[in-house]
Amino acid sequence: MIRLEPRRQHSQAMVYLSPVLAIIMTLVVGGIIFAFMGKNPFDALYTFFILPINNSYGISELLVKATPLVIIAIGLAMGFRANVWNIGAEGQLTMGAIFGGGLALYFYDSTSVFLLPAMMVLGAIGGAFWGAIPALLRTRFNANEILTSLMLTYVATLFLSFLVHGPWRNPEGFNFPESRPFPDAGLLPMIFDGTRVHLGTAIAVFVVLAGWLLLSKSVIGFQLRVVGKAPQAARHVGFRQKRMVWFTLLLSGGLSGLAGLFEVAGPIGQLQSSISPGYGFTAIIVAFLGRLHPVGILFGGLIMALTYLGGELAQMTLQLPNAVTGLFQGILLFFLLACDVLTKYRVRFGSIAAKGRTA
Amino acid sequence: MNASFVKRTLAAVAAVGALASGMGAAHAEDAKVGFVYVGPIGDHGWSYRHDIGRQAIEKEFGDAVSTSYVESVPEGADAERVIRQMAQTGHNLIFTTSFGFMNPTEKVAKQFPNVKFEHATGYKRADNISTYAARFYEGRYVAGVIAGKMTKSNIIGYVGSFPIPEVVRGINSFMRGAWSVNPDVKVKIVWANTWYDPGKEGDAAKALIDQGADIMVQHTDSPAPLQVAENRGVLGIGQASDMIKFAPKAQLTAIVDHWDEYYVARTKAVMDGTWESTDTWGGIASGMVDMAPYTNMPDDVKALAEETEAKIASGEIHPFGGPIYDQAGELRVKEGEDAPDEMLLGMDWYVKGIDAELPK
Amino acid sequence: MDWIVPFILTVITASTPLLLAASGELVTEKSGVLNLGVEGMMLVGAIAGFAVTATTGSAVLGIVGAMCAGVLMSLIFAFLTLTLMANQVATGLALTIFGVGFSALVGSGFVGFAIQPLPSLSIPGLSSIPVLGPILFGQDFLVYLSFAIVVGIGYFLTKTRAGLILKAVGDSHHSANAIGYSVIKIRYLATMFGGAMSGLAGAYLSLSYTPMWAENMTAGRGWIALALVVFATWRPGRLLAGAYMFGLISVMQLHAQGAGIHVPSQFMSMLPYLATVIVLVIISSDRAKIRLNAPACIGQAFRATQ
Repeated sequence: MIRLEPRRQHSQAMVYLSPVLAIIMTLVVGGIIFAFMGKNPFDALYTFFILPINNSYGISELLVKATPLVIIAIGLAMGFRANVWNIGAEGQLTMGAIFGGGLALYFYDSTSVFLLPAMMVLGAIGGAFWGAIPALLRTRFNANEILTSLMLTYVATLFLSFLVHGPWRNPEGFNFPESRPFPDAGLLPMIFDGTRVHLGTAIAVFVVLAGWLLLSKSVIGFQLRVVGKAPQAARHVGFRQKRMVWFTLLLSGGLSGLAGLFEVAGPIGQLQSSISPGYGFTAIIVAFLGRLHPVGILFGGLIMALTYLGGELAQMTLQLPNAVTGLFQGILLFFLLACDVLTKYRVRFGSIAAKGRTA
Repeated sequence: MNASFVKRTLAAVAAVGALASGMGAAHAEDAKVGFVYVGPIGDHGWSYRHDIGRQAIEKEFGDAVSTSYVESVPEGADAERVIRQMAQTGHNLIFTTSFGFMNPTEKVAKQFPNVKFEHATGYKRADNISTYAARFYEGRYVAGVIAGKMTKSNIIGYVGSFPIPEVVRGINSFMRGAWSVNPDVKVKIVWANTWYDPGKEGDAAKALIDQGADIMVQHTDSPAPLQVAENRGVLGIGQASDMIKFAPKAQLTAIVDHWDEYYVARTKAVMDGTWESTDTWGGIASGMVDMAPYTNMPDDVKALAEETEAKIASGEIHPFGGPIYDQAGELRVKEGEDAPDEMLLGMDWYVKGIDAELPK
Repeated sequence: MDWIVPFILTVITASTPLLLAASGELVTEKSGVLNLGVEGMMLVGAIAGFAVTATTGSAVLGIVGAMCAGVLMSLIFAFLTLTLMANQVATGLALTIFGVGFSALVGSGFVGFAIQPLPSLSIPGLSSIPVLGPILFGQDFLVYLSFAIVVGIGYFLTKTRAGLILKAVGDSHHSANAIGYSVIKIRYLATMFGGAMSGLAGAYLSLSYTPMWAENMTAGRGWIALALVVFATWRPGRLLAGAYMFGLISVMQLHAQGAGIHVPSQFMSMLPYLATVIVLVIISSDRAKIRLNAPACIGQAFRATQ
């Protein structure tokens, strides 16, 4: 039997060691699976973890892929700490893209330097607006935000589909379902020439810092930490739950909306019916991989992004089907999540009687 | 992996060298062909058929050619990276098989002038980008002729995915085919708002049959609508693949995507050094649109279907031959003329007689 | 009015997979465990059911296989979250990613296979009663099973000792542990039940609803099932109502389109989601009732202190 013994305090060493351990275990198990599939396990693991980032272009793409995941996860983590379960970041992302992108389409021949900042503001507002609905329904009508935020995701996606198939269709695009391309003034500037690393990536770093400051230095951050750890106590001290719900849903919605705007104003450059491969859902995992801490989320987002890039290359160079990527991702996540336990507990094998002997 | 990659690159370099020095003009250049799919190859629909085409290349050229693919590539920011990485890893011919890959293909193609790109169902070409698509509407016209003959209720049930020109064109062509033999036919259209959700496609088919449809037509990818037809004892037309296994008593025919010859030919062109940027819109004549065997119909209908198919192939029948009026009664194509490809490409209006509205 | 009977039949088949998966998740959540991996478990159940049926020719074996596959998936989840106390939300999502990949890998050999659909029950005499006959006596047995399970869960949770213990574990694991119940063991069982039901729901899709295998064929139904448990405020009766409401509106909007309603189809497709939100708002307004039903310890890890 496996038993867990609590540590008196969190093991600092394990905070850093457990992900390493998880990755080693993934390498072993993954290697066995690849060997079983008739591939050289070392080639396969190299392809998944090293090949995607063994050149500067690969690293730049890793940053592009991680950007929306990190931005969204920072917001979600604040909510999860306060037990506010926003599952609908995908919908908020979509609304942000619609609001901000809509502005670019309205001023499609604009050259104004104010267009992009205005799009960003509107994107955040769009996401926050879509997050405000579950907040209102929760605080005013007691409706569970898991359901409302998830259902609103479908509504947002369908609404975007309606827009690009109908009123926002590119008039010069042979009636295909996509909008006009955004004007140059509505596109994010690139940070490094020849790559797709855009302003949004820099802002993602800023969001990480701001999230860390908010959490560790501000009053509301203190409240979030207390609410998460001891909800009863928080109620006694008089933290207002309603305010927490509003704050976290508006924040996570706004950040998701911003992330959505960055996707359409960055690498995509227009509105189309599919703008996100489920970033809003993947970001939930990223938030927990990062232990709801902004710095951890940064690393969680990079690891998650790496597995996607590695999966593409594994298909391309090793002819491994995409299904194996999912399998492998699942296993990596299982190990990462399971090894987290080591920060709080020691693992003991054997029965209780055995413990008596060793103690 | 690295070793084999190096080996392959060396081999390619050696081949090019040999060619350049004129030593081995008979030796064809090694080709490495990449495919980018929008869905999983296990969807039994669009991406599945493209992968059948990829396998045809492997079969045809054996060791002289290597192919690879990336499936389920989202039509967003990821597509550009996947296409670029294909170009970077030595692929010299890359097929991007969904409309949504058009802009990423164009961007990457600019940076890799020596790599040849083939984009399906789009309209942006360049020196190293060809476009290709199939005139599935020709098959739909034949299907319409069959349906017009076979329907007893005179109601056709049509499950659509999204109101894009490709699908709208298919509905128009189908109905023109049906009206050519039976002017009383009406169509009921349900948009599933998905290419692929077997349950929902099936439910849409049930709803249409409940409203009196006795022929099921679909422009979504799964065999579910046809299965429903089989179950409810009505007839139907298959999509993308021959789906007779799923509906042995219901399938009249299927409009089959057939990319094999095109893919083999384009690969050969790259190997021979004769590849040029082209715009291919193949139909029944070129074999890109294939009709599954005509089943579950009397011999005279079968003969008529075969005749229609042959006439479309020979050009005697054009599914969009004038006069064509739209719903508002406006003359879109004059008598004696055929709708130009440009009009077909961006078709966003229904022909007169269809009682439905398109979202604007 | 000829369409009424087939219309109701369509609603039943559209609602059954949601009901099956959601009823399993309801029991899991009642014990205090939140497993967001329903979609992944359903997919693995769908391919297991299909593969077993296709190779053995027996739908019954297929269904058993699907339930076993669902249980195995749920055991991965249970081991990680209950034994190792990993975070439940993230682990459930990871389970879905894993399940999508695993089912696609196993299923790659079964694409394009056709099997005999699950036979519907046909009771001579009864099934031919007009209107009621085909609705009440003409379904395949999984439909009847789904109703029996909902009734059974309702009975189990309110009338049996085991059900009360399960609820106690979900509401206050420390008190339940103090009284001497094995919280972890009970949660394991509840999670496995959820897995079995998700597997069954998957099998319903691949064997009866649309008898075929194709990647991702659940198309998001696992998520709807999760939402329905919340919608039902953890009550089996309301779950039944919720699943059928969702199925009814989904089918109704398709009918409305066929009848030629001139509303963009995307707005029609939104209806089931919007309706669920609106009805939830209406039934949630009564604060006291919701709090009584939501398991207080949902999603929280538990470790027995000796």
